[in-house]
Amino acid sequence: MQSGSRLGSDHIRDETTLAVRDLWVTYQARRGAVKAVRGVSFDIRLGETIAFIGESGCGKTTLGLALIRLLPKTATIARGGVTYARNGVDADVLAMDPNALREFRWKECAMIFQGAQNAFNPVLRIRDQVWDTARAHGESDSQRIRTRMLELFRLVSLDPERAMNAYPHELSGGMRQRVLLALGLLLDPQLIILDEPTTALDILTQRSVIEVLRNLRQQLDFSLILISHDLSLAAELTDRVGTMYAGALVEVADVMDTYYRPYHPYTIGLIRAVPTLSGARRDLISIPGSPPDLIEPPTGCSFHPRCPYATAPCDKAQPGLETVGLNHQVACWNWQTVIADQGARLATEAARRD
Amino acid sequence: MAPIMQLVNLSRSFKVGRATVHAVDDVTLSIHEGEVVCLVGESGCGKTTTGKMAVGLLRPSSGEVRFRGQDIWKMNTRDFRVYRQAAQIIHQDPYSSLNPTQTVADIISAPLLRHGAARSRHAARDQVAELLHRVDMTPPDDYLDKYPHQLSGGQRQRVSVARALTVNPSFIMADEAVSMLDVSIRVSLLKMLGRFRSEMGMTYLFITHDLAVAKFFAWDGRIAVMYLGRVVEIGPTARLIGHPQHPYTQALLSALPEADPVATRQKERVQLRSMDVPSLMNIPRGCSFHPRCLLFEPGLCDVAAPQLVDIGHATEVACHVLARQHGLQ
Repeated sequence: MQSGSRLGSDHIRDETTLAVRDLWVTYQARRGAVKAVRGVSFDIRLGETIAFIGESGCGKTTLGLALIRLLPKTATIARGGVTYARNGVDADVLAMDPNALREFRWKECAMIFQGAQNAFNPVLRIRDQVWDTARAHGESDSQRIRTRMLELFRLVSLDPERAMNAYPHELSGGMRQRVLLALGLLLDPQLIILDEPTTALDILTQRSVIEVLRNLRQQLDFSLILISHDLSLAAELTDRVGTMYAGALVEVADVMDTYYRPYHPYTIGLIRAVPTLSGARRDLISIPGSPPDLIEPPTGCSFHPRCPYATAPCDKAQPGLETVGLNHQVACWNWQTVIADQGARLATEAARRD
Repeated sequence: MAPIMQLVNLSRSFKVGRATVHAVDDVTLSIHEGEVVCLVGESGCGKTTTGKMAVGLLRPSSGEVRFRGQDIWKMNTRDFRVYRQAAQIIHQDPYSSLNPTQTVADIISAPLLRHGAARSRHAARDQVAELLHRVDMTPPDDYLDKYPHQLSGGQRQRVSVARALTVNPSFIMADEAVSMLDVSIRVSLLKMLGRFRSEMGMTYLFITHDLAVAKFFAWDGRIAVMYLGRVVEIGPTARLIGHPQHPYTQALLSALPEADPVATRQKERVQLRSMDVPSLMNIPRGCSFHPRCLLFEPGLCDVAAPQLVDIGHATEVACHVLARQHGLQ
């Protein structure tokens, strides 16, 4: 289970593409400030794929929007830093003026939104929408764009000529999603953010999009941030997983650790609540209670009212991410108890199997 | 014992402009008392249309829906009323299936008053409280006077369930009842629905696109896989998930990612001949799966639609090639 090669982690380079430090985002609502992202910090290396998982309202989409500064007007980045690096040159994303931002978006970092396969202009052919995109970002060499686009369409397993000349309604949902992936890569960005890329797609179509994504990652050099509530998708595609709860990052670990050795009580709860297909039916355990109110989140650790490991200090102060193993960070006051407990549970399970 | 619900050669088509959409085509299915049958399939396969016909919300174009042996569309008014109470529905969207201007007490007491199970609003309130107990919304007094917007998604879905239970149904059609809920909440709702089977012998037609959810909920029941309006495979859950027989079922199961990195990356994938899903207005001749199927044989598969045949292990498949392999054709 440890083998790195099966994971294909050799494509990751020791070069940080994006560094996020203590990022806070709040929305102004009538009842008060909604703290949607609370003190998130992480790094993503070139070639790496990281998934942010969590349930609705945990702040994962807001986090994605904040990274390319596409937040709605009611939202403000209260504090924090986002540093983007390419070829050894650092750029402070939060300090960019509108012109710099325009350069940054799509050329350096592209985001593909949830349901965007339905956001094409229905009266324009795909090729016109490709050119509009290119022109808006200062590319005027139409021949070069055309060559690049045809190449990308081939990479995402589309018939290039047919896709170029099609109107959006002539393409199926899966094909539109693949056009979108190609379009995202048009200006050779180094970072792609995908928000729920396969939600609303059928199972077999979803498979084709997953295969295309895997293929793209092998052929091209870019980092990928995957935002999804779907734990299966993250298990299949990513190198690392960040679990979000109530706006905070509660655990960051390699994908194998997240699924087989999770140490945050919330991650443990999530993994145990998901039904699987292979193997016998295992009992699922739900997490009691419901997600907290983000306007007045619980004091201390926001998971403590639902947490089986909660003790006295948990409602006093918010725990920060602590390194508990190789590439493994957890924000939990009782992580040592949890690890001991999990170790015992894994051992009994292994004993039962033997 | 006779099945509680029988769908017999059920078909339903819709007119769209000048064209006709064959949403459900010749579906035959029996559900026994206390059993769970899951209908699974991709969007547009006709699972919701089938479910709506089972609870009498849609009239079939042809075929029969029999409830305890009686064709529901030939029942007299009184029997039909009894059937309508016995067969209840849980909808997918807990946000749009509850009236936002009514309190929980209003929503749940409406059917009690309508069907004469409670004489007054006051008496209904006590019954509502008891129903809230049954769906684990305790203490009921905390919820009785709340409006749907004051509840979470999971709580709203529990109110929908409580409303379905008001008239003591024996059959529930649940259409994607947990799809819109978060993972952590989904399980407790599924477990609660499962508990009603042992507590009150509830029978379910459970419609979902999620095979893993179907596996969890119908582990001791059956799964029916639909493709373009027809049932292509039906069998005991453990058997169907572990040893899928129909090429479409195999493709579906192999395509699904799983929340287990090693398992999902090592899974063998079934490649199909074509990724295009045919339009319901222009369903391929013969077996509708033949343009995509790996077992396709010209002259066999593209002539007549295959019927479900029993291939052992209580499993039935609709496939010419498999039928021949089992010496049934």
